[in-house]
Amino acid sequence: MSASDKSGTASRRTFLKGALAAGGAVAGAGAARAAGDPAITQIQPWMQELGDGVDVAPYGKPSEYEDQVIRRTVEWLTADPVSSINFTPLHDLDGIITPNGLCFERHHGGAAHIDPAEHRLMINGLVDTPLVFTMEDILRFPRENHVYFLECAANSGMEWRGSQLNGCQFTHGMIHNVMYTGVPLRLLLNEAGIKTEGKWILPEGADAAAMTRSIPMEKALDDCLVAFKMNGEALRVEQGYPLRLVVPGWEGNMWIKWLRRIEVGDQPWHHREETSKYTDLFADGKARRFTWEMDAKSVITSPSPQVPIPHGPGPLVIKGLAWSGRGTIPRVDVTIDGGKTWAQARMSGPSLDKSMHAFYLDINWDGQPLYLQSRAHDSTGYVQPTKQALREIRGVNSIYHNNGIQTWYVNEQGVAENVEIS
Amino acid sequence: MSKSLKLFGGAFIGTAAVLVAAANFADRMIAPLPEQASRMTVDAPADMDGMFIAAAQADEVPADARLGLGREALAEEIAVWDIDVRPDGTGLPEGSGDVMTGEEIFVESCAVCHGDFGEGVGRWPVLTGGFNSLTKDRPVKTTGSYWPYLSTVYDYINRAMPFGNAQSLQPDDVYAITAYLLYMNDLVDEDFTLSRENFAGVEMPNADGFYMDDRAETEIPVFTGEPCMEACKDTVEITMRAAVLDVTPDETAAEAAADAADDDELAPESEAAPDAAPASEGDGHAAIDPALVDAGEKVFRKCKACHQIGDGAKNRTGPHLNGVVGRKIAAVDGFKYSKTLDAMDGVWDEEALSAFLANPKAYAKGTKMSFAGLRKPEDLAAIIAYMKAAGQ
Repeated sequence: MSASDKSGTASRRTFLKGALAAGGAVAGAGAARAAGDPAITQIQPWMQELGDGVDVAPYGKPSEYEDQVIRRTVEWLTADPVSSINFTPLHDLDGIITPNGLCFERHHGGAAHIDPAEHRLMINGLVDTPLVFTMEDILRFPRENHVYFLECAANSGMEWRGSQLNGCQFTHGMIHNVMYTGVPLRLLLNEAGIKTEGKWILPEGADAAAMTRSIPMEKALDDCLVAFKMNGEALRVEQGYPLRLVVPGWEGNMWIKWLRRIEVGDQPWHHREETSKYTDLFADGKARRFTWEMDAKSVITSPSPQVPIPHGPGPLVIKGLAWSGRGTIPRVDVTIDGGKTWAQARMSGPSLDKSMHAFYLDINWDGQPLYLQSRAHDSTGYVQPTKQALREIRGVNSIYHNNGIQTWYVNEQGVAENVEIS
Repeated sequence: MSKSLKLFGGAFIGTAAVLVAAANFADRMIAPLPEQASRMTVDAPADMDGMFIAAAQADEVPADARLGLGREALAEEIAVWDIDVRPDGTGLPEGSGDVMTGEEIFVESCAVCHGDFGEGVGRWPVLTGGFNSLTKDRPVKTTGSYWPYLSTVYDYINRAMPFGNAQSLQPDDVYAITAYLLYMNDLVDEDFTLSRENFAGVEMPNADGFYMDDRAETEIPVFTGEPCMEACKDTVEITMRAAVLDVTPDETAAEAAADAADDDELAPESEAAPDAAPASEGDGHAAIDPALVDAGEKVFRKCKACHQIGDGAKNRTGPHLNGVVGRKIAAVDGFKYSKTLDAMDGVWDEEALSAFLANPKAYAKGTKMSFAGLRKPEDLAAIIAYMKAAGQ
């Protein structure tokens, strides 16, 4: 009991902060009954004094009242912040596009700062002509725009043995969804000319980890992009500036950042990140490898432990995100009673292949505890399983690819907690 | 934006009313488009025509002709970048290394994180042991117990290790370290020498421990179909709660860290980059011996995984070391020191630094610095000289 009290305190602190940030809505409402809402009856500084000029922020930043919307990390997860991960604050965001500065980071040798004038992309191996491209060369190929989610294979990996982290930023925040502008990889490969025995590619990063992954040629020729823009502007340093590989629907580790070389070969390379890491160890001691496609998954982002319900009973917006590495998300089911009954959520915004989808369920909250879950259906007919159903097949030591259904318990005060239920 | 405004300003000098200007500006923005678009359709391949009216997700550029972009890669260039190694030994360079040599290099370059016997320091990876643990409750996945191919060990050390000093090892070094890892995993004897010639003959214990993704057979059929929507269960009980574990980062701690990061970004560069020249150039400061500084720079490689020094140095696993010689103990803002160091009074003068770096855990019991210590007095003198020079 003392432990749950502790969580309640933590959440309450967040809640109070939220209430203050919202302009003291409670006090305002009270005042309105007496002599009118001071937010209306009193002249506020911003109504009287001039605001910022157009030269104040050549590159704009969010309002100072949004300074809690940040990437966060979990220190105990890794030995060092240089080879570590932080998490997208999904609970504070809406719609399907992740702002560039909030896209989670995962790198293995720090985020490399690369001068684009000194950056080269080499294609070698089983090709007719090994080639070197400058960034200028890359920008002369036809390009495409696509919105794709990128999910780390380890997203929700800390939850295999049960509820561990209190916040959907931490349980589900190893994901982002942006619009990429890039050159289809097949155009670059065709430029070099793939030899008939070329069945695999090995993209490689220019950072101190020199990250490599083996990717089958069918995928490389299908929908992979060599991207230089995200959400309209240059890739962020931590997302691989100036060039990254985009491997739609497949685990994030394959989306090589700071892309400097692509080798064509006749077999996979079995490098570190596809043998010792990113393989799914089962209870029998054997491990699945090459589990590239990300299974359909969803999560309710609010209410959730970091964003409790700030109001009493009445209209409540339940918001969430869903995605699948195999297509679109035509449907998400939501339950508020722990799975006794389910309702179809309202999908909102564009439904794009291998992109996040936003969903909402607008309810009239009766103030009673909620057991919130969401369940994604993808365009192939796959339905997001429960965590228990996954454990029955995979055990609890597979670390990666946990797409099980998440439960938030919300108490009468609106405080939410990460739980598992029968 | 500012460029557009300038152009526009030139075209409309004397236009005072903002509203009029805005309307004209909008016209300007729209007007040139048809002309550009038609020019594009003339020059572009026929297929591209459809691109402009197709929905975003239907957007596909043509796949056929080569554009003649880029230049041919030189063999010398490929040789430098193409260092990858495959299980069949493809890509291995000429060379060899024995267990004993490997031990020397490992202790010097790897043990600071991985421990003298590959047991792992702190949360750094464990490299040895873990045999028969893969079916246990807490599997220990090491190069010996889990990695299926020796080529992966060679390739990874060669491309990414030592952490913070990647691609600094010679082929013989990598062969030797790889041989030493095999030895520590009880897979070879101490007189073993690994070479390109005998490499493919080394079989790893878990070579057969992997199988291809079989979700299409084992999971997708199970997880497909119309699920229950009404009266799906009678009762719902909480069986586990995250709050019991209480491992979620404290919100306030997370914010403090963010604030500290902001401060880093906002610090003016002139402050972060004082006028000290890099040590290797020898900057003429009377008290500094350039040869000693050079030697110290090499010793400092042991520290680089955790500490930064010089222009723009930031806190990493350890605090930044700019100005550390003569600095108050535990004085870097925004770094969380151990209670031990926090409680210590005093200054990191040369004497205190020498004592600490010779045996950190003895000098400051409870320090978070997981470093065994520098055994040679000349290394201590060198590293202090280097930190003086590089961190001014």
